[in-house]
Amino acid sequence: MNKIWLVIKREYLTRVKNKTFILSTILLPLFFIGFIVASAYFSIKSTEHQKIAVEDNNGIFKSSFQSDKVITYDFPTGINADNFKEKGYSAFLFIPEKYNSPHDSISLIANKQLGVDAEEKVKDQINTAIRNKAFLENNINKKVLDSINAINEDDLYKFSTVIKQGDKTQRSNSGLSSAIGYGSGILIYITLFIYGAAVMRGVMEEKMNRIAEVIISSVKPFQLMAGKIIGIAAVGITQLLIWIVLIIGLTTIASSFISHDMLQHAQDVSNSMPNTAGNSAAANFMNAKNTFLEAAPWGLIIPCFLFYFIGGYLFYAALFAAVGSVVNEDPQEAQSLMLPITMPIILSFVIMTTAAGKPDAPISVWGSLIPFSSPIVMMARIPSGSVPAWQIAVSIISLIAGFILTTMLAAKIYRTGILLYGKKVTFKEMGKWLFRKS
Amino acid sequence: MNILELQNLRKYYATQKAVDDISFSIPQGSVFGLLGPNGAGKTTLLRMITGIFYPDSGNILFEGKKFDPVEDIPLIGYMPEERGLYKKMKIGEQALYLAMLKGMNRQDAMKKIKDWFVKFEMQSWWNKKVDDLSKGMSQKLQFVITVLHEPKLLILDEPFSGLDPVNSNLIKDEIYKLSQKGTTIIFSTHRMEQVEEICDKIVLVNKGKKILDGSVKQVKIDNKENIFKVGFNELPPRFESNLFKIVDTKDNYLVVKINAAYHPTDVLQEFLSNKASIISFNEIMPSLNDIFIKKVEDTKLARQFEKA
Repeated sequence: MNKIWLVIKREYLTRVKNKTFILSTILLPLFFIGFIVASAYFSIKSTEHQKIAVEDNNGIFKSSFQSDKVITYDFPTGINADNFKEKGYSAFLFIPEKYNSPHDSISLIANKQLGVDAEEKVKDQINTAIRNKAFLENNINKKVLDSINAINEDDLYKFSTVIKQGDKTQRSNSGLSSAIGYGSGILIYITLFIYGAAVMRGVMEEKMNRIAEVIISSVKPFQLMAGKIIGIAAVGITQLLIWIVLIIGLTTIASSFISHDMLQHAQDVSNSMPNTAGNSAAANFMNAKNTFLEAAPWGLIIPCFLFYFIGGYLFYAALFAAVGSVVNEDPQEAQSLMLPITMPIILSFVIMTTAAGKPDAPISVWGSLIPFSSPIVMMARIPSGSVPAWQIAVSIISLIAGFILTTMLAAKIYRTGILLYGKKVTFKEMGKWLFRKS
Repeated sequence: MNILELQNLRKYYATQKAVDDISFSIPQGSVFGLLGPNGAGKTTLLRMITGIFYPDSGNILFEGKKFDPVEDIPLIGYMPEERGLYKKMKIGEQALYLAMLKGMNRQDAMKKIKDWFVKFEMQSWWNKKVDDLSKGMSQKLQFVITVLHEPKLLILDEPFSGLDPVNSNLIKDEIYKLSQKGTTIIFSTHRMEQVEEICDKIVLVNKGKKILDGSVKQVKIDNKENIFKVGFNELPPRFESNLFKIVDTKDNYLVVKINAAYHPTDVLQEFLSNKASIISFNEIMPSLNDIFIKKVEDTKLARQFEKA
């Protein structure tokens, strides 16, 4: 045991002290936060103020057009399509005389693109004006009309879905839970590849540097393999924890940096432009932060994520180690030998995309029970809160049994492969090693 | 007292008999040569002695008791033929790590490493990486790491390959010193001149079988071919004799092979009675190289693969 500990310590320390590790661990959250801050910043900056001159000879629109922070509407006289620029307007909206709703066209003349958002807003104003006109023409009182227009849909009612299983009820938000499920699934998928490949490269390094036999003469091959796998797992957990701390910390700092005014502005922008998600990421993120924390079953998600993160890694890491041990100098060889390992991981990812949206579909259920795909698929189902306890139990037990089995099989290949030089190993030979006694 | 005894060791792979019923013993404190051509089974044999492989059958006795890898490994130092170090790890840390894997505690290991680094003038290497070392330098480091924990049995597989004569001698001297202190040393090599120089006892294996076993002197005596070098002031006129055959003729000496059933004294008398002016009469012993080549060719150099 003491020797495994030495191996674990070496694997952990050499990786954690590595410059690439330090950089990637710190840069990734910075990049993530930077992206959000930058998109918030640009969404505010890019909305420059527009002044639009409107020629409204009938006076239909004058009463209902409302200027806001982004667009100001003016109704000057003596202005036309040729001189609006000189008079300091960015566009000219021309409404024909004796405007007749479905037959005539309204044109907005500008000498450069106003942008999709601005055009949408102008169209909204026109729609409202036409609607108002129609209401008024049909004897609807102006006061009533104003009060209808002032209704905010969000104030009318609150909507929620409740999942009821037996005597247990749970509030659910299917959009949110599928987003969390998708996110956790992708995170496990990526980390499986990152840390699995790290194990493989570590084993290949030992074989190619010819240090494997030197070490194997002091420790058992299994101890060396297990030490490496556990050491890298510890690196993965460290990295994950640092990311979580940094992301939470930096978001707090970032949200205090973005002044309340700016945030309010971003929210205004996004509220008044419901169709344009792109430039309101910051506002959405800030809004979402609160809803996220309230609605999701975090008490289940966090322990399960940790379990499937570690369990999935352990299931595949030994297989990656076995592949690393049979590779000779040729990296091409590693690619083709890795295929049987990467295929099930990619397949799990495909199942996961279904499972995040339909957590109770048969393929999602089976995918989350079989250990080949359960780490990725189960994490996509859990946030929905509708996974029965027995399925989680079966999935956990089969994953534990699965990684013990893969580790035992992989150890047999590893033990022989690590000492074999200059020979290309076929899958058939590896199969023979599996059934050979020591 | 034998430090190591191998009894009827066997290790078969799917396609070949790597070690096929080999027995020999290694006396405590000796320098032992394990010889054989490439693919003879030397490495497999060494891997069984170091506990990396388990034999299919047969026994290994270490200091008279059944060999137990977990307990006996700290008493063995093994420098394999395929050897190397972590390229990106600092040399000092690396030596410390490998020493601790052998079961040394941190303080002892640190002290020993410092002593050896001083001895080999490697103090300035501590914070360097193996990447920065030349091949000869990393070989020296590898040797230090192998002997650091003062093993009772030191196993060196082709220890001088890739070393220049200066470093070669440096390591040879250290091996002598260790041998004098009582360390038993197993040399595995196919470089015969080194074996003749260093080893007390040798075993020759080929195709998984032992084909020679004994002290260097005894092996030579067993394999001599009664060849003598006879020196003259002036070469005598040629004469026929059924006592010997002339193998080689030079300016002032003849090389003769004495036929079986005759003795050197008979040959000397024959020359004297022919009034030859003899100034020297020496037996030519076969070199280990000659014996090696002859024995290996007898058992066919190329290893035939048996059908699985």
